[in-house]
Amino acid sequence: MSAAASLPHDAARQHVSGSARYVDDIPTPQGTLHLAFGLSSCAAGQIRSVDLSAVRACPGVHLVLEAKDLPYANDVSPSAHDEPLLADGHVHYAGQPIFLVVAESHHLARRATRLAKVEITAEPAILTIEQALTAESRFEDGPRIYTKGTPQSAMKGAIHRLQGQINLGGQEHFYLEGQAALALPGDHGDMVIHSSTQHPTEIQHKVAEALNIAQHAVRVEVRRMGGGFGGKESQGNALAVACALAASFTGRPCKMRYDRDDDFIITGKRHDCRIDYDVGFDDSGRVQTLEFAHYFRCGWALDLSLPVADRAMLHADNAYDLPHVKITSHRLKTNTQSATAFRGFGGPQGMVGIERVMDHIAHSLSCDPAEVRRRNYYPEMSSKPAARPSVTPYQMEVTDFILGDMTESLLQRCDYHARKVEVARWNASHALLKRGIAFSPVKFGISFTLTHLNQAGALVQIYTDGSVLINHGGTEMGQGLFQKLTQVAARSLGAQQAVIRASATDTSKVPNTSATAASSGADLNGMAVQAACDTLIGRLKDHVAAQHGVKPEEITFAEGQVTAPGLVLTWQEVIASAYEARISLSATGFYKTPEIAWDRIKGAGQPFLYFAYGAAVTEVVIDTLTGENRILRCDILHDCGASLNPALDVGQIEGGFVQGAGWLTTEELVWDASGQLKTHAPSTYKIPACSDRPEIFNVDLWPGQNAQKTIYRSKAVGEPPFMHGISAFLALSNAVAACGPHYPDLQAPANSEEVFNAVARARGSAS
Amino acid sequence: MNMSFLLNGKSVSVAPKTGSETLLDYLRLEADLCGTKEGCNEGDCGACTVIVTGQDGVSRPMNACILFLPQLQGCSVRTVEGLPGPDGALHPVQQAMITHHGAQCGFCTPGFVTTMAAAHATGETDFDAALAGNLCRCTGYAPIIRAAQAAAQAAVPSWMAERPEAPALQSRDDIFCPRSSDELAQWYARNPEATLIAGGTDVGLWVTKKMQELGPIAFVSHAEDLRQIHDEKDSLRIGAAVTITNLMQAIRPISASLHQLLRRYGSPQVRNAATIGGNIANGSPIGDGSPALIAMGARLVLRRADERRTVNLEDFFIAYQQQDRRLGEFVESIELPKAQDRLRCYKLSKRFDQDISAVCGCFNLEQEAGVITQARIAFGGMAATPARARKTEAALCGQPWSLETFHQAKSAMAEDFTPLSDMRASAGYRAQAAGNMLVRYFHDLQETPVNIREVHP
Repeated sequence: MSAAASLPHDAARQHVSGSARYVDDIPTPQGTLHLAFGLSSCAAGQIRSVDLSAVRACPGVHLVLEAKDLPYANDVSPSAHDEPLLADGHVHYAGQPIFLVVAESHHLARRATRLAKVEITAEPAILTIEQALTAESRFEDGPRIYTKGTPQSAMKGAIHRLQGQINLGGQEHFYLEGQAALALPGDHGDMVIHSSTQHPTEIQHKVAEALNIAQHAVRVEVRRMGGGFGGKESQGNALAVACALAASFTGRPCKMRYDRDDDFIITGKRHDCRIDYDVGFDDSGRVQTLEFAHYFRCGWALDLSLPVADRAMLHADNAYDLPHVKITSHRLKTNTQSATAFRGFGGPQGMVGIERVMDHIAHSLSCDPAEVRRRNYYPEMSSKPAARPSVTPYQMEVTDFILGDMTESLLQRCDYHARKVEVARWNASHALLKRGIAFSPVKFGISFTLTHLNQAGALVQIYTDGSVLINHGGTEMGQGLFQKLTQVAARSLGAQQAVIRASATDTSKVPNTSATAASSGADLNGMAVQAACDTLIGRLKDHVAAQHGVKPEEITFAEGQVTAPGLVLTWQEVIASAYEARISLSATGFYKTPEIAWDRIKGAGQPFLYFAYGAAVTEVVIDTLTGENRILRCDILHDCGASLNPALDVGQIEGGFVQGAGWLTTEELVWDASGQLKTHAPSTYKIPACSDRPEIFNVDLWPGQNAQKTIYRSKAVGEPPFMHGISAFLALSNAVAACGPHYPDLQAPANSEEVFNAVARARGSAS
Repeated sequence: MNMSFLLNGKSVSVAPKTGSETLLDYLRLEADLCGTKEGCNEGDCGACTVIVTGQDGVSRPMNACILFLPQLQGCSVRTVEGLPGPDGALHPVQQAMITHHGAQCGFCTPGFVTTMAAAHATGETDFDAALAGNLCRCTGYAPIIRAAQAAAQAAVPSWMAERPEAPALQSRDDIFCPRSSDELAQWYARNPEATLIAGGTDVGLWVTKKMQELGPIAFVSHAEDLRQIHDEKDSLRIGAAVTITNLMQAIRPISASLHQLLRRYGSPQVRNAATIGGNIANGSPIGDGSPALIAMGARLVLRRADERRTVNLEDFFIAYQQQDRRLGEFVESIELPKAQDRLRCYKLSKRFDQDISAVCGCFNLEQEAGVITQARIAFGGMAATPARARKTEAALCGQPWSLETFHQAKSAMAEDFTPLSDMRASAGYRAQAAGNMLVRYFHDLQETPVNIREVHP
């Protein structure tokens, strides 16, 4: 087990005191102006006329901008330059910004937007997956296809065959802090941006493009976000660019934050999708061949949809060694919000697909679903004699597989088999209420699939009093990255934890950063911080060696003490003397992930450095009269390698499970027939509340370490636990299956209505 | 007009321009107290929770985003900045949240710690109920609950004592704060187009979301007599401005089932503001109060100037957003029969806590010698108004108390209601679930387990 300490989040005291500042809390200079977008109410159409005279005449309004007023790039896309800040001639979804109001207050700006008269000639909107397929409305020329073996011919030899379909709803991020940005104009046309973003460098680039200035003229600072979950990877661009433009036009600081309803209506969400499957398997439930078709509803602009849909394909196998498999992925263009990154980045959708297949197979064979899963696992890393590593559908060898051991351990510690018997007995004696229990594993690939993003920089500075300031490319959104990295620095420098602080992320300190995404924050930036610390320690050892006549390799830095044979110094003494000896006390560090190489068109290579693993068992109860349901218990065993901070990692796991279960149960996005999002506030969009968490909720960390040389042999933890929520969905399916002989064919989100419908299907009484 | 209240122990004076200024905006934009966060600006997330202590000395969590400044006269308000002691010592719930890693992104945290501190002050330990109005997207709630449990035994810090000033109630003709229903009646007769605000949990959204200007407003909850509940032997007379929180206490001995339904009404923050009169007068087809009260045989006392009339609650609702309320007339009180042993209330919503009903069904059937003698069944979410299921009632009356009777009566419900499809539920599901609630009622009174909340791992 790791000796890393479960220290509290570095801002814990500020959080509980209300003194932790988010963008909207930063004191603004006098004269700061506030922004709001005027939105399209039409999902597709041509803008005939925009009459903003009443908006301009509104007292307190300083400036109103349309697309034609923008001097340079009208684009806030993270990828394909297909996302204008303000609609240019056409509108592509209901909620698209058409004009920008700059006023003396947030409320004035919002109120003024309602005075516009916009005429749009509506065109037929493509809203659904089926409409997009009919219209051949898609990104890329055709579907992406990854193949392993000969799935089609293998189907001829299959003993059993099942076909099915699962629809998965999208998910609103519902970060508690809405999108926000503040732009402060400076000398030479420079711009300082405070943004609630996971990607300060992209904000810097988009602002520079919009103002036609060099990147060095834009400084982006991010102290913290009030939650991100992927929703602030690209969705903050529009606000930051709008603020920078308005600041440039007016010469005054400009701030923008979305009202919650606007945030729902404007920004992208998790991709909803449909997954079709056709599987052949033997009597033991072992998959012989499998074909998936993924249909992803990407919305109106490309955003990050290609890598999201790719990652879904890369997790279509989850933990299972599939001898013959074909995955076809369609990326459909629709007149809806442009779907974006969300924790798991397509992985959860891909994983639900294969877990659904496992569930369906087990049901058809009347086998224990956990056992069917185990029979399909990849070869175990620890198996003796060593098994030949198997390859994924994308030709990567799986060499670090530990789910066999983890599964056995979890099933024992949660008493799975006895509880399964108890659930069956309970169901036999209860007509109205039924219980269900399910196991599901997680194998999640770690690295950005766009290989060049797997790099990070850090800047570590030691001051003459011995205090240390670390800066790195990662952003803090609640995950405890800053805390973890101060711990990495303390350990690497041998300094006391109390002397280390992480400063706000700042593009002027560490340039060219990747988004804090793909669970990579601690992996990449931790190594960069360590590299910088190693450089500093090298200099300090040389200095102490020269000064005291000892060998550098005899010197130890630990817990604020510097020791060598016959020598004991404090950290502060060493730093003070190093300064006087004119030793540089600041250093940069850099890291790039080794070994990875990936061709996304061929679907072959090693996209990931390693896999993070986990397993969950969840038990639920349903009411067959109404479909109401609740989670009774959840047990999770999760692999964080050698954890950098077990308390923070457990926090990610608990939170990930509840968020994942929410996605698959209560969280439902509803658009009406004209493409208006009807669930645009917490009154209608229901994330889990306190009482929705499992009544018994056990989370344990797997006592292992990463086989790869990651930062102190830890593993990434941001996204993988989200997918433990799949066990809740499967448990609902299991409970429904207790109602009748037919397969429940449960769809997601499995809210009360869907569970109710599935009960009817299980009974064969569906209308 | 200057009005004052206590803010973190110090008296502050504010001069509202329209009366629709919210406490949240005041805290963040004028008082430099940015610890209180705006998460949704509609009272659904709890990030803006503050502790409000009224003249009764009870500290309650409330949503600052939909709390208008004139509502606060005579109250004391404590924000997250006011939780630590004078020497900076953290409140026990704050310390426990650090120790148990209860904050991740930290944005919901000020709202959580204020709600937790309010619960701590009253000794509340049902934390699922106490924290139902605070949403967290990071933690999955488990460490927050651990923190709340850990802090429960700690003494309430002395600095949390609140002594709100006796209300020197300030009023203006367009921001009217009546001391009594008589004052309100006279004023409203003169200003019949005015907006009446009790808790403001609905009107708040007219301001924060629709950005409406309200015109003259009366803040009716200042009227002492409207906040009273009178026990009149066989019935309760409930003032229109009684909050749902206070109503729950009065209902507890009368109907455990209705008490449980009210426990799911909004959240603690909402129930501390919202009133039963507002819930009824608002006329929402999906409000949870009316179906239950109709099933109980409640009657409504309406008043205009000095003129009063009483109507059966079900007759008050005429059509969608149309009630039997004349110009200048307001809901003064509700008369509620107390004998309600057989009342059962079922709420169906996407989320158990703090959600709006897709269907709310309330059932109240009498039987004698195995035969159903009386039936009052009312639904929310099934029609344009809260409404009785009269055909279903008729199909039940005179029939034997048997499962078959209830199954047969389901078909009558199709004649009672033609529900709609919306983002909460489809029409078909509403209809089927409503019918099944009738079946559930039979099982429930037979003491067959019907409640998933009573199943434990």
